[in-house]
Amino acid sequence: MQPFEYASPKTLKEALALLGGGWSDAAVLAGGTDLISLMKDEVMSPKRVVNIKEIAELKGISKTAAGIRIGALATVDEVLSNPLIRASFPALTEAARGVASPQIRNMGTFGGDLCQRPRCWYFRAGFGLIPRHEGKDLVAEGDNRYHAIFGNGPARFVSASSFGPALVALGAKIKLASPSGTREVDAEKFFLAPSSSDVREVDLKPNEILTEVIVPATAAKNATYEVRQKDALDWPLATASVALTMKGSTVASARVVLGHVAPTPWVSAEAAKAIEGKAVTAETAEAAGKAAVAAARPLSMNAYKVQIAAAAVKRALMAAAGVKA
Amino acid sequence: MPEYRWPEMSKRKVMGKRLNRLDGVEKASGRAKYSSDLNKPGMLHGATLVCPYAHARVKSIDTSAAEKHPGVTGVHVVSPAGTEIQWAHWEVAFVAAETELAARDALKKIKVEYEVLPHVVHEKDLNKVQSRAKAAGEQIEGDPDQALKEAAVVSEGFYGIPVLEHSCLEPHGNVVSWTPDNKVELNPTTQAVTSIRGDMARAVNVPVANVHVHQDHIGGGFGSKFQPDRWGVAAAHLSKAAGGRPVKIFLDRQIEQVIAGCRPSAFARIKLAANKEGKITLWESQSWATGGFTGGGSPPIPYVYTRIPNQRKNHSAVSTNTAPIRAWRAPNHPQASYLTCAAMDDLAAKMKMDPLELFLKNVDLTARADTYERQLKKAAEMAEWKKLWHPRGDSGRGPLKRGLGIGVCTWGGAGHDSTARCNIHPDGTVEVELGSQDLGTGTRTVIAQVAAESLGLRVNDIRVKIGDTNYPPSGTSGGSTTVGGVSSSTRKATLNALEKLFEEVAPALGAPATELEAVDGKIQVKGNPAKSLDWKAACAKLGVKTISETGQNIPRDAPKEGLNTGGVGGVQIADVTVDVETGIVKMNRIVAVQDCGTVINPKTAESQIYGAIIMSICGALMEERVLDAVTGRMLNNEMEFYKLAGIKDVGEILVHLEIDEINDKRGVIGLGEPPAIGGIAAIANAVANAIGVRVPIVPMTPMNVLNTLSGRMS
Repeated sequence: MQPFEYASPKTLKEALALLGGGWSDAAVLAGGTDLISLMKDEVMSPKRVVNIKEIAELKGISKTAAGIRIGALATVDEVLSNPLIRASFPALTEAARGVASPQIRNMGTFGGDLCQRPRCWYFRAGFGLIPRHEGKDLVAEGDNRYHAIFGNGPARFVSASSFGPALVALGAKIKLASPSGTREVDAEKFFLAPSSSDVREVDLKPNEILTEVIVPATAAKNATYEVRQKDALDWPLATASVALTMKGSTVASARVVLGHVAPTPWVSAEAAKAIEGKAVTAETAEAAGKAAVAAARPLSMNAYKVQIAAAAVKRALMAAAGVKA
Repeated sequence: MPEYRWPEMSKRKVMGKRLNRLDGVEKASGRAKYSSDLNKPGMLHGATLVCPYAHARVKSIDTSAAEKHPGVTGVHVVSPAGTEIQWAHWEVAFVAAETELAARDALKKIKVEYEVLPHVVHEKDLNKVQSRAKAAGEQIEGDPDQALKEAAVVSEGFYGIPVLEHSCLEPHGNVVSWTPDNKVELNPTTQAVTSIRGDMARAVNVPVANVHVHQDHIGGGFGSKFQPDRWGVAAAHLSKAAGGRPVKIFLDRQIEQVIAGCRPSAFARIKLAANKEGKITLWESQSWATGGFTGGGSPPIPYVYTRIPNQRKNHSAVSTNTAPIRAWRAPNHPQASYLTCAAMDDLAAKMKMDPLELFLKNVDLTARADTYERQLKKAAEMAEWKKLWHPRGDSGRGPLKRGLGIGVCTWGGAGHDSTARCNIHPDGTVEVELGSQDLGTGTRTVIAQVAAESLGLRVNDIRVKIGDTNYPPSGTSGGSTTVGGVSSSTRKATLNALEKLFEEVAPALGAPATELEAVDGKIQVKGNPAKSLDWKAACAKLGVKTISETGQNIPRDAPKEGLNTGGVGGVQIADVTVDVETGIVKMNRIVAVQDCGTVINPKTAESQIYGAIIMSICGALMEERVLDAVTGRMLNNEMEFYKLAGIKDVGEILVHLEIDEINDKRGVIGLGEPPAIGGIAAIANAVANAIGVRVPIVPMTPMNVLNTLSGRMS
């Protein structure tokens, strides 16, 4: 880890003034569960670390006219245990439950989950987001068992966010503040597939702080299903978050979003189309799962993730509709 | 000479009790200090420069800028120009500095020019690495060709198990000072307190008597921590260059995971044949393994069922540009158990025979037919085999498939050479001193139990002192040899000391020394509590004299003394559920039936088995060294994608230690290795039973399970 200047402002305004125009000027520290390891591995070596944990206005989960506001500093555990969220957005509750371990849930924050860097082992070894070595595409020629099965490249890492797919499915808005004001981004547009290693994988500028997320009130039945090998600390192999607007017992409209299969949460119009107009049963859910991965383009080693993604979609749909396996 | 034999089971008062580890609270509370916790006055911090290439030649190395870096006291080059580097993360140089940061910054100023050379890091496909393979020569027993002709059933399979990393929680390293009076003070993390002293002395060319070693605790070794290693020797040189200031070098996790210990892989194509009753008649194997660049790693196959009458075996050692292997808890045995038991399980499936029946029917092919027959039956009973086992693949509807499987083990485990010293002081305090080490398995505790038993005292009355070369020499903790060694030497030392105490006390009790005994904190005339002195009063008779007596376990003599021995068998049965849509294997239960001798502490003995089984679960389902073909580097040299089980991944562990009068008469037998052997085989066979097909390559990750089910496993 390289030496850095440390600041712990009490207000958002002060914090924003401490950020810079480039990524190496400053990094925002919340739970630190990702940033600290990135700094220790010298994948990131910011000159200044701005601790935002003392900023009260970024905390808390509350009901608003539009829906529910989740502050960037709400911990994963606060999301997991929040009754408002559990009542309306089980997709978020289940996504929070998937974040192991208890220590990470206690330290890690909601905003941090959205802004964390990819876990790609080439990226973490310093080869960049689109890793190349002596002219070779490391992901394509190397070990890509945990990499993307969707997207046309060149980025082939998978978005590490646990909440991203659920927020995209629920049509959430992400609020960002900079010294010049605030802006709001659709969750779906917040996540990006960079075309070079110099570009970030989220729509966040070096001088911006993610302040809160608004999840709009909805009657849609929603759920998340995460496939993770270990019950203990581990990353998902694939997840699916779904939001179903029902008309009686049939699905009027659906949002199906896969996680950990592409550089961004992956919206599957095919899966939505497959389930719309139908009642959710084991059979229709399985068909939607298959539709979700029909266009998958796995790499040399990760065809198995296609099967897992299909299972995640099937199970998320059944969970949302309350259909027993 | 005292009678050293263990007291009869029914008469033991401290041995055989389920006591907690004496250092448990110290460790759980964080008060226990490991060598990596040390922060000595004036201590310098070391950092390690490693080579990023899997195969390269050092063309030049320039350390001048690093040497001038503020705070740096020295740079020690271990791979000078001309060195041919054979694996990534090979050590090139070490730096010592006033701060860790200065040392790390200085590393970046060392300029090394490499000539990068072609590398080979993957050995799974033998055809692709023929030029790196060294054949051991064919071994033939009986008439394999004839046996094949006569066979009623022939089963063929391919099986593989990858290289695993030791992953010690406390990384390798040490704090060393080499002072101007030519004395070396070493605080290592080692399984070999006594012998690392001589190894360090030779490495830095000082008299052994000038080296002092001290270690209180070790955070995991598993067979990888016996030598001072390059970083230890470098730390000594850097200390000397800094006028004798202590230098601390512990490896970063990223380096630790690559070069500080791994175990060899094993791959094999195996052909097994049987007659129509299921008696195995033939073993044929073409096996290969990599033990790193220097080769090594040859699984002893067929395993346990060694007496298959007709055998043809070919083994090749594949040299890869990867770090060398170190001993790992039961070297080569888990691999051999997996290869053998998986092949037997596949043979049973092909014959549509219950594998339990096949394992039982062939016990006469083992060296311990009675033991394995008894254990197979006991394990089957505990695992509810009759109720839960089903023919392979007949697992019902739905994505969750349950299955059971068997694995077997064997090991030695006789005690190593160990000398203990027992000091009885006039105030009644008792010290037992050994240059041994407690790997976390309860060695301190069992030493105290043996001493207390022998002296008629309580465990808390004994001060156990280990981990220091000022104490008598004791063997390395490898091969499950510690408990037999230290218990036997402690038994002899304490009884020798007691004999001296009897001589001092005899006049006061008006009886000959030979007529005295130590019981319940008293020295008394045998069978006559009325004629007694309590322990303190008895010791007061020593005046100003301290009794100091030693006792030695000499492996050559141990069999006739009966205090310790070796040679055990064990059977494990795994019960798993596989989700065939996600490929995830969940552990329901593992049953471990383990042969043992005299058990000094059933609780720590069982804990050994729990740890061993958790290790097996990790190996069966999660652990794997992932190497990058392009760069030749390890990709998961951390604890995130080098996966180990958490407590929720372990399931239920049922242990049955065969503690009885007959086993007890054999004396103490080490229990570290044997239960770590059969688990991978048992889990692999349970998965095959559940999903109806063999997952040939361990670990049985979702990738390998789904690839097998979908026919993608090449």
